Amino acid sequence: MEGWFIGEEAGFRLLGTRCAACASVFFPREDTHCRNPGCPGGELAEVPLSPRGRVWSYTDSRYRPPSPYVSDPELPWDPCTLMAVELETERIVVLGQAVPGVAVADLAVGMEVEVVPGVLYEDTATTWLTWHWRPTEVTA
Amino acid sequence: MTDDVAVLGAGMHPWGKGGRGFAEYGAVAARAALADAGLAWREVGSVVGAVTVRGGYPGYVAGATFARALGWQGARVASVYAACASGAQAVDTARAQILAGLADVVLVVGGDAAPKGFFRPAGGDRPDDPDWLRFRLLGATNPAYFGLYARRRMAVHGDTTEDFALVKVKNSALGAENPYARYRRAVGPEEVAASAVVADPLRLLDICATSDGGAALVLSSMEFARRHGVAQPVRIRAVSTVTPRYPRTVLDLPDIATDSAAAVAPADESFRESIARAAYEEAGVGPGELSLAEVYDLSTALELQWYEDLGLCARGEGAKLLREGATALGGRIPVNVSGGLASFGEAVPAQAIAQVCELTWQLRGQAGTRQVAGARVGITANQGLFGHGSSVIAVR
Repeated sequence: MEGWFIGEEAGFRLLGTRCAACASVFFPREDTHCRNPGCPGGELAEVPLSPRGRVWSYTDSRYRPPSPYVSDPELPWDPCTLMAVELETERIVVLGQAVPGVAVADLAVGMEVEVVPGVLYEDTATTWLTWHWRPTEVTA
Repeated sequence: MTDDVAVLGAGMHPWGKGGRGFAEYGAVAARAALADAGLAWREVGSVVGAVTVRGGYPGYVAGATFARALGWQGARVASVYAACASGAQAVDTARAQILAGLADVVLVVGGDAAPKGFFRPAGGDRPDDPDWLRFRLLGATNPAYFGLYARRRMAVHGDTTEDFALVKVKNSALGAENPYARYRRAVGPEEVAASAVVADPLRLLDICATSDGGAALVLSSMEFARRHGVAQPVRIRAVSTVTPRYPRTVLDLPDIATDSAAAVAPADESFRESIARAAYEEAGVGPGELSLAEVYDLSTALELQWYEDLGLCARGEGAKLLREGATALGGRIPVNVSGGLASFGEAVPAQAIAQVCELTWQLRGQAGTRQVAGARVGITANQGLFGHGSSVIAVR
């Protein structure tokens, strides 16, 4: 996912864009035109998003999602937790998978989480990275 | 307010897993609607098909596919797609043609043959497509979004999984009475609670299935209805097909994120609330005047959300309204007396048309054991992914 995130470990950030005219933020990045209908349209500059936010809601996938999600059909499906996270400064809610090992029972609406790099899947040549959300209490 | 159009006929093919093609389901429903209207196919001036993306090319040109199946007779044709709202857009297109004087009688048809299990995006590597991205990056199926909404309701409004199960209990009991429903067995709360969790906190019986089915309507001008000898037809008084307004702050399918509200303050009114308001304004009626509502219960929790979005109760009081029995048959404002998606499963392009079929039968007093006594005004509501509102108000 070229241009969706940057940095490593503690410096990892999601990347969006911000309109120079109206300050609207877009994630996933909007690079063509500002989508605020009341904005004359300004230059869209890349901007890192806040690394921490609060859980807006959460759920999990108890059954294997269909393609194009990549998972090894040889292995039993391990339920994956999903979180929608509200970033206070940007006033945006961003969906993401939880770090492996975090179950819905570990979460609550309003809990603080932070963005961390994660592995989407691996093929023979490449490890494809993504973003994960991790409760900040886990690292404390 | 716009002028009314008349509903002369309504017809459906039973929902299920029939192993046949969408064209057959749609054509069967169309013939039933024409018979119900007492009209011959040759009298139809225009056919509007609600598109299915699961039938290859014939699905994309659904209007022509149905016209061909019924036998080419030269009618004007249109095919429209708006995801789950496709049926309402087909009704809207037909209404616009009638009110513009382009056609006196329009046949509206939708049919689908759905695969078992999760819906999935179109094939190929398409990283510009949010529907592809949400599966590829997150494995976020439709039920995952339903689970997010349900959990949010539990946290904000105090809804419980028992509340959600009661929606299924209500709708399955009504679906048992509907000959067109796929699931015709009343389900108890313990059966919902014993079904497998699909997307926490929702279980299999909280989530609507994917189904085959077909539905059709014959619409006409009021003048044609009079000439045809129908003095008091069911009338469509409003069709709402509104889009969201920036910034949209409720995460919706198939998006990975909401709009940012950093620069522009969001309206107090949510998108779903605006869908209903537009319909009420166009019809000149309010929620207090409704006899019944057919809403898109993709999940049990979502039905409770619609109660609030339609103004049947205040925000956060959906579960209370359900528990009071207000939305059951015989209650103050019965919801989903057809049995809803809980009993039908979703046949995407047919579903919003089927909702209007149910209103038609109810407003005519032809709904048998599901009849809402003295029904005069009905509303349908649904929402298609990618920002499609859909609501129809019919009166008699």
